[in-house]
Amino acid sequence: MQKVNRLKPFFENIAFEREDNHMIVNFGPQHPSAHGQLRLILELDGEKVSKATPDIGYLHRGMEKMAENMIYNEFLPTTDRMDYIAATANNYGFALAVEKLIGLEVPRRAKVIRMMLLELNRISSHLFWLATHALDVGAMTIFLYAFREREYTLDLIEDYCGARLTHSSVRIGGVPLDLPKGWIDNLNKFINHLPLDIADYEGLLDQNRIWKMRLEDVGVVTPEQAQSWGCSGPMLRGSGIAWDIRKEEPYELYDEVEFDVPVSTTCDSYGRYKLHMEEMRQSVRILKQLIPMYAQTSPEIMAHAPGYISAPKEQIMTQNYSLMQHFVLVTQGMRPPVGEVYVATESPKGELGFYINSQGDPYPYRLKLRAPSFFHTAILQEILVGEYLADVVAIIGNANIVFGEIDR
Amino acid sequence: MMRSYSDKQNVQKKAYYNDRYFVAPQIPKEDVETDEIFANDVAVLKGKFEIKEAYIQRGQLVIYIDARDNVSVLQTLRDELSYNFLSEHSAIDWLAKSGEFEIFYQLLSSSKCKRLRVKCFIKEKEVLKSVIGVYKSADWAEREMYDMFGVIISGHPYMKRILMPDDWYDHPLRKTYPLHGDEVAQWYEIDKIFGKEYRDIIGPEERDSARVDERDTYRFARLNHEVPFGAEPSSEKTVTDYQEEGGVFIVKKLKKEDAKIVKERY
Repeated sequence: MQKVNRLKPFFENIAFEREDNHMIVNFGPQHPSAHGQLRLILELDGEKVSKATPDIGYLHRGMEKMAENMIYNEFLPTTDRMDYIAATANNYGFALAVEKLIGLEVPRRAKVIRMMLLELNRISSHLFWLATHALDVGAMTIFLYAFREREYTLDLIEDYCGARLTHSSVRIGGVPLDLPKGWIDNLNKFINHLPLDIADYEGLLDQNRIWKMRLEDVGVVTPEQAQSWGCSGPMLRGSGIAWDIRKEEPYELYDEVEFDVPVSTTCDSYGRYKLHMEEMRQSVRILKQLIPMYAQTSPEIMAHAPGYISAPKEQIMTQNYSLMQHFVLVTQGMRPPVGEVYVATESPKGELGFYINSQGDPYPYRLKLRAPSFFHTAILQEILVGEYLADVVAIIGNANIVFGEIDR
Repeated sequence: MMRSYSDKQNVQKKAYYNDRYFVAPQIPKEDVETDEIFANDVAVLKGKFEIKEAYIQRGQLVIYIDARDNVSVLQTLRDELSYNFLSEHSAIDWLAKSGEFEIFYQLLSSSKCKRLRVKCFIKEKEVLKSVIGVYKSADWAEREMYDMFGVIISGHPYMKRILMPDDWYDHPLRKTYPLHGDEVAQWYEIDKIFGKEYRDIIGPEERDSARVDERDTYRFARLNHEVPFGAEPSSEKTVTDYQEEGGVFIVKKLKKEDAKIVKERY
């Protein structure tokens, strides 16, 4: 246990010069392939890593502390800044946790819109993952192609909520807007074309000698390791464990749509690459089923719960009591019941969990963000050992870590 | 005048208005017997350990145990009751209320598709045993908990701050941790390096890069009231007539006041 105070600061006791053949390399925190501010202290035995110590915290903004000092609605835009590649997934996780805390049922149309946005975010995140990962490994072409398609998902999201990076496109109790005119047509165009694009990527990569040499049997995570280190999402399914929260603990309308949970049993980076490709196809499949479901819903998009959720704008502007309630909810904030919830959702990176302890105040007493990347970075200290230095970049890229949610 | 009382144990933001008749509702706690799987889990644990309280809230089992049993309880849950994931592990600060931390372990069983929360209380200086031998995901979770709350863990191989810098003072998620720096923190460098008497000369640190100070004539100029660089600002209007020597070509004498603005282009 370190004992630190103002007079005795703690310094790492790392010997960068050693007598034997071992060398210590500081990887990051400003390394383009670290996908953020990741510092890795690598002990090398020749070309092989004999010890890896990830060092994080360079992007720490104290989101949990911020959450304790904000009303629930105020905190929602902050969640955008966690996994900024798929911001809606974070917004949604938080909104769902608060809804569970209150015990709120969201209108069906809002559910459909949320699912559409979530799946678009998943596609966007996976495309980003593929692009940057391929670029790290040396495949420039894929980077350009995948970013082109990602642009279409961002355009769709922008059409809906006006933002491309920090969406805030979900509200506690529903969604802020209905789908704009012509949005469904654009979505249709996009999802009809995406499977062809995915086939293109696979044509470029699947049998590519360099790609296979760089990924096959690299970054092996055994099922035991994956469970013990708390892996989730593609990192877990890449180890042969079929666990998808959308399937096992369905939220929204995931129990009404048909989709498969792809699993890879090879446990290596190549298997996880195939998994991401298949997941995008499944997302397209879900989106295709959602379009007819949307047409059948009634137009409400926000839950009716006057104690917690503001009334629709027209009502606020015409009815005095709604205006008063809106004023109280904006200035003081909602007061959820006393209790606690832990709500996990399947974000593109894995299990995104929100633990909220409410004491009946407008501010949560404790809010813990469970970010999947945090645990996927922790496992690096075990899976990097024995790998070559050149593969470190491939493994970090493959783990799909985003520092916004690791450091929070 | 009396100074208004403020709770030093909890300096976090509070609601500025409380309706004194408002009683916050409780999320219902269901009996463990309502769920077959959870009832079995609790029965197995009760045979071995002291279970202080057990209930189901929002579909998840919550059990309170003795903090000294934490490793063996989790070991039992993993090996016998197939809770194979530790999803999350952290603490809640109740130091102001009872001088305790509430520790929670959020577990998941992928085969039973059930989530369970194991909770225990420890005193502020009490040592908690590390559960890294049972779940490796506790490695960083425990480091973060130490970093954020100062919960002391024994048996961890690399107990070191994880998010904050190594030489950071205090633990940020405690309720006693201030939300803003105080006067000492604000002037810390100037007091240390130059001395207190230099506070006026150097001035406070300006963190807002978009700040405009109209008294600052080093960096800003007031339109129509320009003064030389660094001079005292004045309210006198500056002359804006053309000041080229010998006047402007063709224009003999330009008077701004006489200028006319035409309504239409000729």
